[in-house]
Order: sequence, then C-alpha cells, then structure tokens
Amino acid sequence: MAIQPLEFEVPIYELEKKLEELKGISELVDKDIENKIYKLEERIQKVKSNIYRNLSPSQKVLVARHPNRPYTLDYIGAIFEDFVELHGDRLYMDDPAIVAGIGKFDGEPCMIVGHQKGRNTKENIYRNFGMPNPEGYRKALRLFKMAEKFNRPIFTFVDTPGAYPGIGAEERGQAEAIARNLLEMAGLKVPMITVITGEGGSGGALAIAMGNKVLMLEHSIYAVISPEGCASILWKDASYSKRAAEALKLTAQDLKSLNIIDEIIKEPVGGAHRDHETTFSNVKKALKKYFNELKQYSSDELFEMRYQKFRSMGVFSE
Amino acid sequence: MGLRTFLLDKIQKVTEIKKREIQKDVWVKCDKCGEVSYKDDIQKNYNTCPSCNYHFKVSAIEKINMILDPGTFVEIDANLKSLDPLGFKDSKRYVDRIRDTVKKTGINDAFISGYGTIYKKPVHIGAFEFSFLGGSMGSVVGEKITRLIESAISNRHHVITISCSGGARMQESILSLMQMAKTSAALKKLSNEGLAHISILTDPTTGGVTASFAMLGDVHIAEPGALVGFAGPRVIEQTIRQKLPEGFQTSEFLLQHGMVDMVLHRREWKDTIYKLLEFFG
Repeated sequence: MAIQPLEFEVPIYELEKKLEELKGISELVDKDIENKIYKLEERIQKVKSNIYRNLSPSQKVLVARHPNRPYTLDYIGAIFEDFVELHGDRLYMDDPAIVAGIGKFDGEPCMIVGHQKGRNTKENIYRNFGMPNPEGYRKALRLFKMAEKFNRPIFTFVDTPGAYPGIGAEERGQAEAIARNLLEMAGLKVPMITVITGEGGSGGALAIAMGNKVLMLEHSIYAVISPEGCASILWKDASYSKRAAEALKLTAQDLKSLNIIDEIIKEPVGGAHRDHETTFSNVKKALKKYFNELKQYSSDELFEMRYQKFRSMGVFSE
Repeated sequence: MGLRTFLLDKIQKVTEIKKREIQKDVWVKCDKCGEVSYKDDIQKNYNTCPSCNYHFKVSAIEKINMILDPGTFVEIDANLKSLDPLGFKDSKRYVDRIRDTVKKTGINDAFISGYGTIYKKPVHIGAFEFSFLGGSMGSVVGEKITRLIESAISNRHHVITISCSGGARMQESILSLMQMAKTSAALKKLSNEGLAHISILTDPTTGGVTASFAMLGDVHIAEPGALVGFAGPRVIEQTIRQKLPEGFQTSEFLLQHGMVDMVLHRREWKDTIYKLLEFFG
C-alpha cells in the first residue's frame, strides 16, 4: 500500500505517521503517552472529516480516481455470495475492462456487471484501465438479456474513465455498442440498480448505468466528459481542468440536486480508499433498501418507471 | 506586335472578370478536387461538386427539403429553448453563447423537426443544424428528438433523423449525457410499435449522437465522405499516439465495417427512402 497521499491529504498522513511513532514507544512506561495517543486519534479524525467535508470538485476527481478505491470485483466479493464469472460477447472476444457474472444478493440469484480497473500497471494493461471496447458492452448486454430471460435482478457498478477511443474500437462499432445498450436497457423488464462507485466517464459509463435506481458514492463523479477533455476543448488548454471540474457539476451532490440520481451513499470519513469494509456495508445497505422497494413492481411497471425516469431528464423552456 | 498587346490585354481583362465573378459567388471552388463550378450547377446537383461528387455542407432545412415533397414540411416544437441549468461559463457564459447563436442562426437550437410527405407518404423527420454550437445535443435537442419520436408513434409514422453533430453539449454536462438515454429509450418504444427509424449520417457525426439514436436506425444511410465515429480523430491520435490510417472513420470505412447499410449521394436519398418506406409499410 505504498500509495502517495493526495496533496490535500498530506496533513492526515503526517498526523498518522506521528501516531505510529507514538504507538511505537508506548511500550515504554510513560503514562502520558496513552493520553497523547487518544488526543492525536481524535485530532486525526477531526482533520480528516474537515478535509473531506470541504473537498472541491477537482479534489473529488482525484478521490474518485484513487488507486486504492474498491473496484467491482471487491464489491462482488464483499456484498454478493456464490459469484460465478461469465465471459465473452459471443461475437469477437472477452473484454476484461468489464466483469460480469451471476451471484446471490441477500440469498437471491442476480446478475452483476461492472467496470474493472487494475491496481498496478500490469493489471491495468490487462484491464485497459477500465476503458471498455465494444465487446465489453456487448458482453454486458448479453448478460442483461440473460437476466431478463430468467427474471433475475441486475446490479451494475460504474467506474470508468470512458469507453476506449482506439482504432479497433471504432472499427468494431464502439458507438453502436453503447447505443444498443441504451436502447435495450430502456426495455429491460427486470429490476436494475446502478451504483457509480468512482469515475462515471460519459457514454462509457452510461452504457451500463440505466438502472431503475441510480446511486452514487459520496466522492464519486459523473459527467459528459472528463475535466481534462473539457478543458482542452473549451479552454483549448488541459491545464484548466480544475475550472472545468467545477463548471461540469460532476459531483454526487451536484447530480442529486439536479435529480439525476436517487441517493448518495455515504463514504467512511477520509474516503472509500481508507476503509473498504465500511464502504461495502454502506453500499450493501443502500442496495438492500432499493432492491426491496423494486421487488414490489411488475415487469411492465419496472419498464415504464425506468422509461419515465430518463424521459423526464432535461431542462429547457417553451 | 499590336496583336500580342491586344491579346494580353484581353486575357488580363477576362481573368479579372473571372476573379470578380468568383468573389461575387457565381463560381464555387470545390474544397476537395479544386474544380471551379457554377454555383447554380452545384445547387442543382444537391449542393455537390459536379466533377467529384464532394458533398458541400448544407443546412438542416436544406437536407430536409431534399427528401420531402416540396412545401410539405411542417415544423413542430420550434419554440423550445435552452436554459443554463448549470450556470456554465468557459471563456464565455453559456447563456450568452446561446443568445448570440440564436441571433446568428435564426433558430432556437441545433435540431429542426416536424413532418411532411415523400411522394405523398407521410413521415416524421428531423435534422441537425451544425452551425448551432456544432450541432451539439443538449436538453432541447434531446427533448425535440424524443417528442418527434413520440409524435410519430401517435401518428403511426416512420421517423427519419439526419445527424450532423459534434456530440453531446458539454455546457449541459450530465443533462446532455442523459439525452442519449432518453432518445434511445424513445426509439425502443418506436420499435415496439413496429415503426421504423431511418438514420442518415452526414458530415460530421461523432460522440454522444453517434453513440445513441444515430446508430439505432433500422437502416443507416451515410453521406459520401462524411466523418462518422465515436471518438474524434484527434482524441484517438492522442490516446494511441500514432497517425490514423487514410479514410479512417469515413462513411466508406463504416460501410466496409458493417456499420451502415449504404453510402448514398444526396440525389438518391428521396427515392431510396421511398422504397424503404414501402417495405416498412
């Protein structure tokens, strides 16, 4: 876990280092030390919550991309039972940037689909940094349809910089693959719940994100373009990405106030990357709540509700 | 020697007249082959170059009129206007950008929609206006496409869309992204009703428009030589750090890779669409 602290996290890391040192000498007799440790722990908690309560949009971008954040396979391992991974789009290849399979949620069989990033360079090359090719989306679609066939609910986990912009991806119809998923997701007759866990990178995210309920982790982001991409197009200079991050209104809080998402899932103080277990338990609680709610509806109602949800999005005058 | 001076003089005068005429826009030089043609000839040729078939850029309404019977187009939802829900500002405020563009183009947003007939067969039709913020899709464009499809469903008409767009409109961020979901969902309903969507892809069509309703036609028709793709060529080059092959992401490339049914000269759009409509019933 030799991860560099984010710039604004440095005070937390320094205090934590001090704490480690204190704990190291606490075996020696000094009675004051216990007291000091207690006080320091309290202080760390305070600093953490202060920093994390006031994150700017561009700081949230860094947290959402933090390499220690839980990824889809971590959520699957912690929240679902009896997972069996299923591979391939049956047309061309298997795309490791999207993982999918069957499992059980709260004892009930379900389908799980999500983007998968890697933790190190080797893994990231294998996972293409979580940027799917068309085959990833076609695998997702195949399994959405399979879930529908057997009347099983679908859970999707979203964390991608975006769909991969490569030569092969264009040749094999990246745009068509995303578009097809949007159309078919709109028609699904089973419950679908989406959680944006890290980066919601534009169409590459949306292509598996048309849930009846869409939830976002507290420090995750979701936008039509990355702040860097937006800056280089509108400001003609990628170094304006901080301003672009603000302008794009990409935080979970922004999206909640725009009525694009249903709920913000709290992260542990200091971010999901510092405490996976609490994150898993918060996500599980939220999934359970909405899963139970969606169970009441017939398949036609689920279809119509999902349609109306996305139908009503947009702001204009007439 | 008198003759030589006379001829030189004459040649000079003719060239000058020609120059003046080009300036007067009677002549148009083709962007692709460089051939100079009469503007009239180009216009009669559906705004394409008579010698190389290069398709000049034309407005949304011109494209609609190339397909519909003359005088039959009735516009709908023309009053929808963009707001600025995010308070977006880059080098210019989004509200100002919209206001100036409306003034410049004379239309309220980047999509014109309505209905009309093709050899007396009624259809719903809509087209992107690229001169309106690069034909980008924000809330208004998404809403107009969705209403076009819904209106087609209630009238039992097939739908034709003519795309020409840089993609989703960044200034409306997540709301623009959701228009991809909204328009695609509407097409699901259209399809459930047994009605058709014919998607015409013109130069350029990229990003969120390609990755939603534009790639969801029962039939895809591409304009010759048009750039059609998901990611823009510049983004791809920056990502893979190599030059893109010649003809990459052109209509012809898409035909070769199975993404469009045909690459069709504008003059053949109407007759071909009529045949398709006969099939769709």
